[in-house]
Amino acid sequence: MKPLSCTIALTASLAAAAFPALAETPDPADWEAVLAAAEGQKVYFNAWGGSTQINAYIDWIGDRLAERHDIDLVHVKLDDTANAVSTVVAEKAAGRDEGGSIDLIWINGENFASMKRQGLLFAPDWTTKLPNWAFVDHETKPTITVDFTVPTDGLESPWGMAKMVFFHDSARTDAADLPDGAAELLEWARANPGRFSYPQPPDFVGSSFLKQVLIETVDDPSVLQAPVVEAEFEAVTEPLFDYLDALHPHLWRSARTFPKDYPSMSQLLADGELDITFAFNPAEASNAIANQLLPETVRSFTFSGGTLANTHFVAIPYNANAKAGALVTANLLLSPEAQARKQDPEVWGDPTVLAMDKLSEEDRARFEALDLGIATLRPDELGPSLAEPHPSWMTRIEEKWAARYAVGN
Amino acid sequence: MGARGERQRHLRFGRLRFGRLRPGRLMLRLAPPLALIVLAVPLAFGVLGTVLPALGYLPALGGTRLTLAPFAELLAQPGIVRSSIQALLIGLATTAVSLVLVAGFVCAWYGTRAFAFIQHLVSPLLAVPHAAAAFGFAFMIAPSGYLARLVSPWATGWERPPDWLIVNDPAGLALIAGLVLKEVPFLLLVTLAALPQVPATRAQELSQSLGYGLLAGFMFTVWPALYRQIRLAVFAVIAYASANVDVAIILGPTTPETLPVRLVGWMNDPDLSMRFMACAGAVLQIGVTATAIAIWVAMERAMHILAERVCETGRRFRRDGAMRMLAGAAMTVQALLVFGGLAILALWSVSGLWQFPDALPANLSLRSWKQSLPVLAGPLATTIIVGVAATAISLAIALACLQRENETGRTGGNRALALVYLPLLVPQIGFLFGLQLLLVAADADANWAALIGAHVIFVLPYVFLSLSAPWRAYDRRYEAIAAALGATTGRIFWRVRLPMLTRAVLAASAVGFAVSVGQYLPTLLVGAGRFPTITTEAVALGSGGNRRVIGVYAFLQMMLPFIGFVLAGLVPALLFRNRRAIRGV
Repeated sequence: MKPLSCTIALTASLAAAAFPALAETPDPADWEAVLAAAEGQKVYFNAWGGSTQINAYIDWIGDRLAERHDIDLVHVKLDDTANAVSTVVAEKAAGRDEGGSIDLIWINGENFASMKRQGLLFAPDWTTKLPNWAFVDHETKPTITVDFTVPTDGLESPWGMAKMVFFHDSARTDAADLPDGAAELLEWARANPGRFSYPQPPDFVGSSFLKQVLIETVDDPSVLQAPVVEAEFEAVTEPLFDYLDALHPHLWRSARTFPKDYPSMSQLLADGELDITFAFNPAEASNAIANQLLPETVRSFTFSGGTLANTHFVAIPYNANAKAGALVTANLLLSPEAQARKQDPEVWGDPTVLAMDKLSEEDRARFEALDLGIATLRPDELGPSLAEPHPSWMTRIEEKWAARYAVGN
Repeated sequence: MGARGERQRHLRFGRLRFGRLRPGRLMLRLAPPLALIVLAVPLAFGVLGTVLPALGYLPALGGTRLTLAPFAELLAQPGIVRSSIQALLIGLATTAVSLVLVAGFVCAWYGTRAFAFIQHLVSPLLAVPHAAAAFGFAFMIAPSGYLARLVSPWATGWERPPDWLIVNDPAGLALIAGLVLKEVPFLLLVTLAALPQVPATRAQELSQSLGYGLLAGFMFTVWPALYRQIRLAVFAVIAYASANVDVAIILGPTTPETLPVRLVGWMNDPDLSMRFMACAGAVLQIGVTATAIAIWVAMERAMHILAERVCETGRRFRRDGAMRMLAGAAMTVQALLVFGGLAILALWSVSGLWQFPDALPANLSLRSWKQSLPVLAGPLATTIIVGVAATAISLAIALACLQRENETGRTGGNRALALVYLPLLVPQIGFLFGLQLLLVAADADANWAALIGAHVIFVLPYVFLSLSAPWRAYDRRYEAIAAALGATTGRIFWRVRLPMLTRAVLAASAVGFAVSVGQYLPTLLVGAGRFPTITTEAVALGSGGNRRVIGVYAFLQMMLPFIGFVLAGLVPALLFRNRRAIRGV
């Protein structure tokens, strides 16, 4: 190699080595600098990839980012968000404190709690400094600032609202016979063997069903708001597992196998294998009808005693390679334009985290123009919201569930 | 050089010694060691990288002393014994059923016209990726699947699908059937490749002249020699079936899952200490596969003794018509099941609402394709890039090895064959876990080179196996003539042998590409989720999800190898449109 080209190569590699250090820790308060740093970055967004509609929506976000900010968004599709957590944990263990492989994670609940506890998240508070935070309804939606009893502390930015809603096909099942609560659901399953099931935990919708039943069957729901006390775990969860023991013989396939996730349950509802299904999105049925996955006769219902509700978020790992790009992505996800599109049942149907009264007239019109779909309940029909238990309950219940029901009896 | 020297040179052809090595020669000489490095080194390091963490040693994750704790933790997992026994039995059952189908068919129908017909029916199945075949199969046999729709409600009275546990059954029957569908074409093609090496036709004539039925005669005289030739392939089937992940995710039991599926779950668990246990599990998996092979060897002995006893009775088994029909029918049915399944996949991908028990969708729609295609472009490109690169590298190494063999006259015999089979005989999980951990430690995970390299490990054996037979069967007198005309070995290779073997080379490339397209575990683990391909995306959908989307993914997954084979067939026809004999039509 000639001396000149040697020098160039050396300079180039020095620059390459120095660049990540320069790009590191963008300050969200200085938004212009964040935008500048984000330009040309590649953002790896690790998000559950089990729904085609959601994947297509993320793809749409990627197109906007490319157009407006020259950001290349890569959707790394996950089976289970725990996998993304494991990647960051492994990178920290291997000493990869910068240049990590994940820039943004779709997250909530126990995964957030675990990352927060282990100091694996980009900190401190960045979410409230995003320009679009101004539109977020953090006053009347408590789950935006407290995620499964754990304060978010501005470490995760809200993306959408979730509430457990049940579905049935009105052409097959009479609305009058539908159960109103876990106890009635058990009676219904006895009368309609093989027509109900839930996704196999640790699928998050399946685990959420367990939590729903736990809250309904436990003597004192307030113990669930605190971390599990090991000595009391068996006693507190006994009613739940008694309930499941009673329910399982009447489930689809006699509970010898379970649907993989909630889209699988929608397919089974369409096939006539299941009569009652559920999802964590009130517009799931309208979305499925719009996509010709379910017949137009499908309708939604909830329990008058309330169903589980929470918020889902995006967070940035502490060692993310493209933090500026991730911030810009999180901000775009909160924009009225993106949130309105997300709430469109034709697209996804996921309820917004924004407050309508904080929006401009033009942006409010985007939401008002949405047809929420024939199978979507109005907000006042959705019933009370049940608070998520502390994340440690979910982890312990999943373990006990696996040891009890996934060992081939 | 005088006339005598020239003659001597081509008499000694094949054992040429060169004083000075030109670069090309050097490359040839290095090819066999290179093949060894490509296949054995990642394997050895991978196994080591799995065994050490299994014993608690992985400094990057804080494991610095040897301990059996990971194994203790592994054995404490609920249902671990059941998962392991399942993997063992599924491996053995898949192999036994596949081999019986292939043996029955070959023995009963060899030398007939129907043989050639069914052979042509079954051969393309080799190129269908496992996941696509499994999805198609699931769509056929599920209670709400196509077979049930065909006979409902007019014959069954079902207005709604029955609550029958068929797919994902705890005994793994659906999984075994799904694996058999793909292992039968593999074993059949290996058997067909081995047939020329045994005197089948003469033995058949002899046994018939002694009055034996077709089936029994072939079984007694030809099959033992044939089986010796395909034994490694049979072991590879045991290893594959006992350690399979992708088909098991689609068709296998879920409560609990089979051992390999659970292992991949643990390897990806947020709890870091699980990696030690996952590696211990991978060692257990190697043990399970080894046990399965040991049991198989014992069964071979038993079958041998049994066959001898039956043979010694002198019975001729002349009335074998029913058995022969059964053997042929089983083969045909399994091919039709796969083709039918693929057709159903294609139909689902363009269907609108399609409720049970309708045999056809209520309306057609391109919505799924429109929604999926933008998302699919990236994975599609990755699949093609990795497939083409891995195939090209494998082809270069295989060609160089074979050319070196051609020049030295040494084939390397059984040891070389065992080496080629090595990556197929060790359960993938057994060394991919270690390989991934090593790559992460070396900061080299999730890059193109590592991913392509991991694919080469699995593509090279298939390219080599499918290329070696035509390569060795090549009439070397062409080369002798070229040498006599003064052509150098290099020129002979490029201008005579390679063009004449274009068809074989392209066919081997198509096989290699198909193998690469179908790879699930190497892509997932070495690519660290950063390199989604059509296959990883398809398997992630599982069998229960939106059938239209699964249809789109599985259809594309099946089309890629198909296009490869079409090109392999078309290119020679174009290249050699004025060379009828090479064109082979």
